[in-house]
Amino acid sequence: MNARPIAGIVLRQLYLMRGSPVRVVPLFAWVAIDIVLWGFITRYLNSVSAAGVDFVPTLLGAVLLWDFFIRIMQGVTTAFLEDVWSRNFLNLFATPLSIAEYVTGLVITSIATSLIGLSVMLTLATLVFGLPFFQLGLLLVPFLLVLFCFGIALGIFASAVVLRLGPASEWLIWPMPALISPFVGVFYPLSTLPAWMRDVGYALPPSYVFEGMRAVINGQTFLAEQLAWGVVLAIVQIVLAGYVFSRVYRHVVRTGLLARYSAETVT
Amino acid sequence: MNAAATDVLSVRDLSKSYSELVAVDHVSFDVARNEILGLLGPNGAGKTTIINTVLGVLAPMSGSIRIAGIDVARRRSAALERANFAAVYATLPGNLTVAQNLRIFGLIYGVRDLAPRIETLLEQFELARFSDTKCGVLSSGEQTRVGLAKALLNRPELLLLDEPTAWLDPSAAQIVRERIRRLARDENCGILWTSHNMHEVEEVCDRVLFLSHGKILLAGDPRVLPSEHGAATLEELFIHFAREPLAPSAGSTR
Repeated sequence: MNARPIAGIVLRQLYLMRGSPVRVVPLFAWVAIDIVLWGFITRYLNSVSAAGVDFVPTLLGAVLLWDFFIRIMQGVTTAFLEDVWSRNFLNLFATPLSIAEYVTGLVITSIATSLIGLSVMLTLATLVFGLPFFQLGLLLVPFLLVLFCFGIALGIFASAVVLRLGPASEWLIWPMPALISPFVGVFYPLSTLPAWMRDVGYALPPSYVFEGMRAVINGQTFLAEQLAWGVVLAIVQIVLAGYVFSRVYRHVVRTGLLARYSAETVT
Repeated sequence: MNAAATDVLSVRDLSKSYSELVAVDHVSFDVARNEILGLLGPNGAGKTTIINTVLGVLAPMSGSIRIAGIDVARRRSAALERANFAAVYATLPGNLTVAQNLRIFGLIYGVRDLAPRIETLLEQFELARFSDTKCGVLSSGEQTRVGLAKALLNRPELLLLDEPTAWLDPSAAQIVRERIRRLARDENCGILWTSHNMHEVEEVCDRVLFLSHGKILLAGDPRVLPSEHGAATLEELFIHFAREPLAPSAGSTR
């Protein structure tokens, strides 16, 4: 892999953001709204629940982690969609740029954009609503790592879906996090779910993060090996998503869909 | 020096089909350094399919493509480092400025000394005053010039131009033709050029291939071909074979 083409992909996104405030605002606006909304919900729940019960770490902490995952995923897909929207595939893929370099560029772009969202969320949640986020200590690192890896995997997979099915399939990828959320127990333990949903949840890395987070906050036994399993799962899923993307790329090159993509003739 | 050493593009037995439709049918040809080869034919003849396969964005069913001796199927990146293209249907992103687009593609092509190279191209294509203008607000002719500047960023050994002057006014088209001819002559570059403007083809191309239904029907010097086939002009010959295709010429075109 060559660093210069990767820098080209990252620089493209920076130029787009610099020249367009409408691309910058969503990086922090939605997460800020989420934190404010859930911040007040948790305050209200604290006021009407039994003394000693604090919803801030469990609910607001979960919202923060979940939004971080969504930002990562959308960071990848939005950078990819910029090429769809500007009909740039022909220009881009008729260059020496390799698929690995292209995807790496998307991932680096996503890291940069999602860090902005994470910073805004942390600031609001800790300063305004008193979220003791750092109570999680060093466990924050693997928690964020698992969500980061899974966000990248889902973002690459979603991009492959659009590459394969065409620009009109964009609407399919936005609800993906919402479809996943019931299975990973963002706000409730996996034990709440029926057996088949629990089984699906165990295949999704974020489940281990939210189970682990609740265990730490509630002072229960935290099973490090379960979180390690979440890390392994997330890394395997990145590899799988990369494989799917490269297979889809080969398919669209073979069938001619890539060459005609710019004309929006893909069906 | 043998022919293979001077060929910057070598296409052998290239075929491509879409379901029942045969877009390119066992086509072989070469482009030499310093040569401008015109690829002519009616709409749907297979010209753009050939260009897309050379650029690696479309996989052929069979055959091989070598750019400067490098097999595109096996070493895509190394081959495409030596090529570039401009096409009317592939304008650069309109939400980026001219300079930003050139900088991004310069990085992707791994161009050394990028800043002075961009300056030179902006001057050459009279784009300096549009440097900070978003490509989307430029006229179609100006966008074509930006595309041509992009196509020359990496000093390509092989340049693919799909109707490069289609959106240009006659004066700008004349300037571009001169520049491209100079490029082929002075910079050791081979050029594959498609156009529906037969006067332009006669003026620019050293050699032409006539395509119809994915096959090469005719090949030769565009200034000599019409008289060889009883036509007054290249345009007349084009119209004739587009309506009543000749028998395909056998074997290689060189």
